[in-house]
Amino acid sequence: EISAPWTFHNLQELRHSASLANKVFLQRDYSDGTTCRFQTKFPSELESRIERPLFEDTVKRLNIYYAEAEKMGGQSYLEGCLACATAYLIFLCMETRYEKVLKKIGRYIQEQNEKIYAPRGLLITDPIERGMRVVSLQLLLLLCVCVCERETDKEKHKDR
Amino acid sequence: MMTRKVRKWEKLPGKNTFCCDGRVMMARQKGVFYLTLFLIVGTCSLFFAFECPYLAIHLSPAIPVFAILLFFFVMAMLLRTSFSDPGVLPRALPEEATFIEMEIEATNGNVPAGQRPPPRIRNVQINGQIVKLKYCYTCKIFRPPRASHCSICDNCVDRFDHHCPWVGNCVGKRNYRYFYLFTLSLSLLTIYIFTFNIVHVVMRSVNSGFVKTLQDTPGTYPFMLVCFFTLWSVVGLTGFHTYLISLNQTTNEDIKGSWSGKNRVQNPYSHKNIINNCCEVLCGPAYPSVLDRRGLMRDDLPVPTSALSIVPGLWLLLESSYGAMFPLQKTTAPLIPNEHTPDDAKPSMADSAIAHAEKRSPSPREEKLPSLPKSSPTLTKVPPLASPETDAEASIIAKDKAL
Repeated sequence: EISAPWTFHNLQELRHSASLANKVFLQRDYSDGTTCRFQTKFPSELESRIERPLFEDTVKRLNIYYAEAEKMGGQSYLEGCLACATAYLIFLCMETRYEKVLKKIGRYIQEQNEKIYAPRGLLITDPIERGMRVVSLQLLLLLCVCVCERETDKEKHKDR
Repeated sequence: MMTRKVRKWEKLPGKNTFCCDGRVMMARQKGVFYLTLFLIVGTCSLFFAFECPYLAIHLSPAIPVFAILLFFFVMAMLLRTSFSDPGVLPRALPEEATFIEMEIEATNGNVPAGQRPPPRIRNVQINGQIVKLKYCYTCKIFRPPRASHCSICDNCVDRFDHHCPWVGNCVGKRNYRYFYLFTLSLSLLTIYIFTFNIVHVVMRSVNSGFVKTLQDTPGTYPFMLVCFFTLWSVVGLTGFHTYLISLNQTTNEDIKGSWSGKNRVQNPYSHKNIINNCCEVLCGPAYPSVLDRRGLMRDDLPVPTSALSIVPGLWLLLESSYGAMFPLQKTTAPLIPNEHTPDDAKPSMADSAIAHAEKRSPSPREEKLPSLPKSSPTLTKVPPLASPETDAEASIIAKDKAL
């Protein structure tokens, strides 16, 4: 039987085989300097696929996470000074704040893919896999997946 | 057949050397780095061997202890600078490169034949300044602000400062603070050793006379000379980088005169406050490496986009456990030939018959993709995208469907 292609396990397979699908790239927004931000401009290719507020929400949330990771504040200074005092050996056993936020971002993207994007035939790739340069969205075609399901349903009926 | 797991560092373009299974990343020429190591270790060994016993006894044992701590800090910073990823930006994958090409074509419009196309530059406004982002033909990306392409390492590096042969690596966003702390601590160590050298010689001279001292400690003088010359260059370098940090500039920008003030161009990255600038550079967040060096190479290989410019509306047979199928979209952008494109992955075209893919076992298998002839503009029947074993299965299924 064919299970829905947007469960977690299937998402991995889809992503691996979806390298031929059409892609849209969201570029970085450098208006605020070199801090990591992505443009929230809604690409025209996605107009038929997803509602604009949902998309903008995702990108804004990602920007908030990256801003949190790169924030210069008490915590980052403390981390820097402590690390310097130990000749940065502490980084061998401790996870930096940036790495923690990156993991959070990875989980968020996966959750967004499962809940919102995959049902609409889209897949977001984590920007860290593209050198933090772009957020890439893969456009999948849902129609043929439904075709497959119908065909296998017919097969099942035949077998019975 | 079990194939060796290939890690991503083995396939990274660029002229870097990797050690310890991808954990260490350096430039190719390491000769000067070994010289640096030799000079530091050699000088400190001589100091510990010849000076420290006398100083520990006659002055204080704290002197050699502090020297040892400082020495270890210097070595840690040096190794950290040399072995870490300076902030290399990975090259664009074919789809991203094509997408950027399409955007450039759209911006440039139609260039009349015989005329050179305009230079590839993107203007962005940062803090009220117009900054030009240049296109890197090697990496096929528009370089982020402050990034530059290092010709020695053949990589684009974020916040590129300079390529330092003494540490055998580029100095960029990720390792600049280690580089600065290395030069700073080395300055302190050199001053420390030089000072206590002189103290040692003076103390001995006071006790036994200058000439006798010269005879007793022959080992001191060669490395005092080394210390003296090192002092001026390293202290000078530290001073220069302190100046750069206070202005939040890179060596690259300083050399090019990017923010020298002519045409009222000012540094848009500076916080206009020395303390804030120093804090940002030295105590900012520790940026992670975006080069996944130790990740495992995936079985699927990216498709070169030259194959995508074939008739649209073609149904592509893709092997997947769930029978998903994807249509091909035509891209109109011509590609700059890229010798780095992997030429062992070619797509396959099926006829308009849609065939179901067999449900495969989830264990990863190496996919041997048949290679297409280089010029194939028309539809030719080529084997489907499959490993040789499932090839037969897929054709059997197709036959069944046709019946």
